[in-house]
Amino acid sequence: MSDNGVLMPRRREAHPDAYYPDYKTSVTRAPSLPLLSMEATPSEETGPRFGHGLIGALDNDLIRNYATGEGLAIGERIRVHGRVLDETGRPVPETLVEIWQANAGGRYRHVKDSYFAPLDPNFGGCGRTLTDAEGRYEFMTIRPGAYPWPNRANDWRPMHIHFSIFGHAFGQRLISQMYFEGDPLIERCPIAATIRDRSQLDRLVAPLDMQNSRGMDYLAYRFDIVLRGRRQTMFENKPEGM
Amino acid sequence: MAQTLDVLTETPSQTAGPYVHIGCIPSFAGLEGVYPEDLGTSPISDGAKGEIVTITGSVYDGTGWALRDAMIESWQADAAGRFPGQEDADPNVSGFCRFAADKESGEFTLRTVKPGPTKGRNGLVFAPHIALWIVARGINTGLQTRIYFEDEDNSADPLLARIEQRPRVETLIAKKTSAGAYRYDIRLQGTGETVFLDL
Repeated sequence: MSDNGVLMPRRREAHPDAYYPDYKTSVTRAPSLPLLSMEATPSEETGPRFGHGLIGALDNDLIRNYATGEGLAIGERIRVHGRVLDETGRPVPETLVEIWQANAGGRYRHVKDSYFAPLDPNFGGCGRTLTDAEGRYEFMTIRPGAYPWPNRANDWRPMHIHFSIFGHAFGQRLISQMYFEGDPLIERCPIAATIRDRSQLDRLVAPLDMQNSRGMDYLAYRFDIVLRGRRQTMFENKPEGM
Repeated sequence: MAQTLDVLTETPSQTAGPYVHIGCIPSFAGLEGVYPEDLGTSPISDGAKGEIVTITGSVYDGTGWALRDAMIESWQADAAGRFPGQEDADPNVSGFCRFAADKESGEFTLRTVKPGPTKGRNGLVFAPHIALWIVARGINTGLQTRIYFEDEDNSADPLLARIEQRPRVETLIAKKTSAGAYRYDIRLQGTGETVFLDL
């Protein structure tokens, strides 16, 4: 196996602070000592691969993948689509993208969610897909509701969809959240605010994409994702035994 | 002014939140039937070569409380030190596992084969280890760490060698409790804080 290049180090300044007192749970869960940094090794530069056999026909359609019979999930119908690229700008093909979200009323189908907004019998709240050869993915879903959460006395999460992306190397593993353009709760959210650099937070806000919306059916939102890249150079030594 | 670089920046992380199980291990979260089974229920299948080991532990916060809502992923080589997808890798080792802290006790268990030593660039050899990635509510960027084994020779491992405070090396080493069984706890903060990695 040839060397695909060293994984580029994570730009930690673009990521959230681990310790952010306004997000109270982070206070006891943030490491207080520095991370140990070194060049990536095969454990970070290899990773699990998942095939098309894993993916069911409705896995990327949250409007229908938990519904019974002819039922459909309640809410504003949306298509969420975009590309997964790496830091060199190359598409990341055939990689698993998983999402989860609250229903249109802002309630998760989870035993720990006690918000009194009702569950939707036709909405589970999870989906998955593989990117195509150009790194593209898409989901059909409903726009999740905003919801209150126990943090400060009156904190609300903006509307958001959780994203989990694998890439092709374990060191590319990423979980993040997609927000919606124009939501006034983004500014007020202590979890969004864990990202210090506002221009980085803006990268999590999906714009409305009317050209990819369909009349009398759904609105589209565009959300592109960038994973760590690999440094290509003629000067690296080849790994031994690979 | 200089030329503009065309290198992109990785999408910033956000916490996985308290409901990560819905998206990653929905059957565990009670959403049976969306997928036939959860992804990564085991890193091995029948016939995997090598010593089967069971690693048990908890993820503790800075007050010593075991997290009930953490999800962990592991990635490893086979018993010969080959990663899945590499030439001659053991076909019964997928190498990938997802497991969660128990909702009542906070304890997790990983059953797998003990990996062999792995080779990196420039002739580096890493002692047998399992890479971990930990996400949960309150963890804003997934935490990377490793499980090494106390009954292996870890003396020349290039990563462990970089830990300045030698007692902290012990935070990455699973302790043998009986034949094939190990204890490995993760401490997010404070006394005995686990060494977390940036690589």
